[in-house]
Amino acid sequence: MRTRTLIGLAVAASVAGFASAAFAATADDYKAAEAKADAAIKQAHALKNEWTTTADAMKQAKAAASAGKFDEAVKHAQEAETLANASIAQSREQEKLWPDAVVR
Amino acid sequence: MLRKLLIAVAMVAGAAQPLFAADAASDPKGEFKAFRDYFTNRFPKVALDDFVNGPYSMDEGLRKQWKAIDEFPPYDFAIDKGKEMFATPFKNGKSYGDCFPNKGIGVRQDYPQFDAKSGQVITLDMALNNCREANGEKPFDYTKDDMAALTAYMAFTSRGKPMNIKIPDDPRALAAYTNGKRYFYTRRGQLNFSCASCHVQNPGNHIRTEVLAPALGIMNAMPIYRSAWGGMGTTSRRLRTCNSQVRGVPLPGESEEYRDVEYYLSYMANGLPISGPGTRP
Repeated sequence: MRTRTLIGLAVAASVAGFASAAFAATADDYKAAEAKADAAIKQAHALKNEWTTTADAMKQAKAAASAGKFDEAVKHAQEAETLANASIAQSREQEKLWPDAVVR
Repeated sequence: MLRKLLIAVAMVAGAAQPLFAADAASDPKGEFKAFRDYFTNRFPKVALDDFVNGPYSMDEGLRKQWKAIDEFPPYDFAIDKGKEMFATPFKNGKSYGDCFPNKGIGVRQDYPQFDAKSGQVITLDMALNNCREANGEKPFDYTKDDMAALTAYMAFTSRGKPMNIKIPDDPRALAAYTNGKRYFYTRRGQLNFSCASCHVQNPGNHIRTEVLAPALGIMNAMPIYRSAWGGMGTTSRRLRTCNSQVRGVPLPGESEEYRDVEYYLSYMANGLPISGPGTRP
């Protein structure tokens, strides 16, 4: 029974691997992810609150895309978008919270 | 019924708006007193004038090291270079002294200033570059070397003079002060730190190997020779480094926020002696 389960899991894992290989990211996928990240970064820049880690992730995304590694490129672009959105949320939150920290 | 509810909501929203605005509004004189009281109550053994010595006012061991280093101050070369630069005429025959009251000697404590004409805060660094450009010279980089040398010399001629920052009766000046205060207390960067996180909430505590300096008098020592840099740096360089350390992308040197936060902190240090150029780990 246990052997059957293990075999089942192995088959499932190989199918999943095949599936992910079959649906590997393309240059267009990267362009879409990059555009989303760029839009968020632009907004963070306007708020004067970009994070260095956002820039690093975007740099890695561009390098991977240049090397034709689009899975990796999409992953880094999505990471950059997430970080940029977090910095935007931080700015929005701090617009309300900073007066509470003032020494009075 | 719905109309009444909407009106009630609108009234509550309208009433809430001024409450928030009042929270962020500035009362420089009251805030000056509260700021000073905060630090003197928290560090009752530190003499008021000693706060300008930053981490050395907080840590006896560090103070001993500083005293030893200061027997041959590492910023001396910058003072000498700045003095020479200051005395060297521009191509048009004029010099830096022509751009400042008292020929630029002993005036550092009066900067930053609010300039009614341009409607913005002018730091000493910016005044120096304005002077250069007005006389046909290219501006210096705001973060190091030449600018640090010039400001080191000017600070040296003001040593011991009390900081003397004015907020004129001009809503734009108050807005600049408030913007500086906002920048100082706003958390930023991936590490979610504000300037105040280190320099108000944690002065005297260690962050890695560094002893955090109190915000009170922190501008009085500028520019500084920093061992971590292996050289001199300006206020802009220090602020840019702080931004990077909390994983925030630094702003350009002497950007509006940097000038305004210097204005705010320098006002908070009014009456405390200029100690620059300084030495920091």
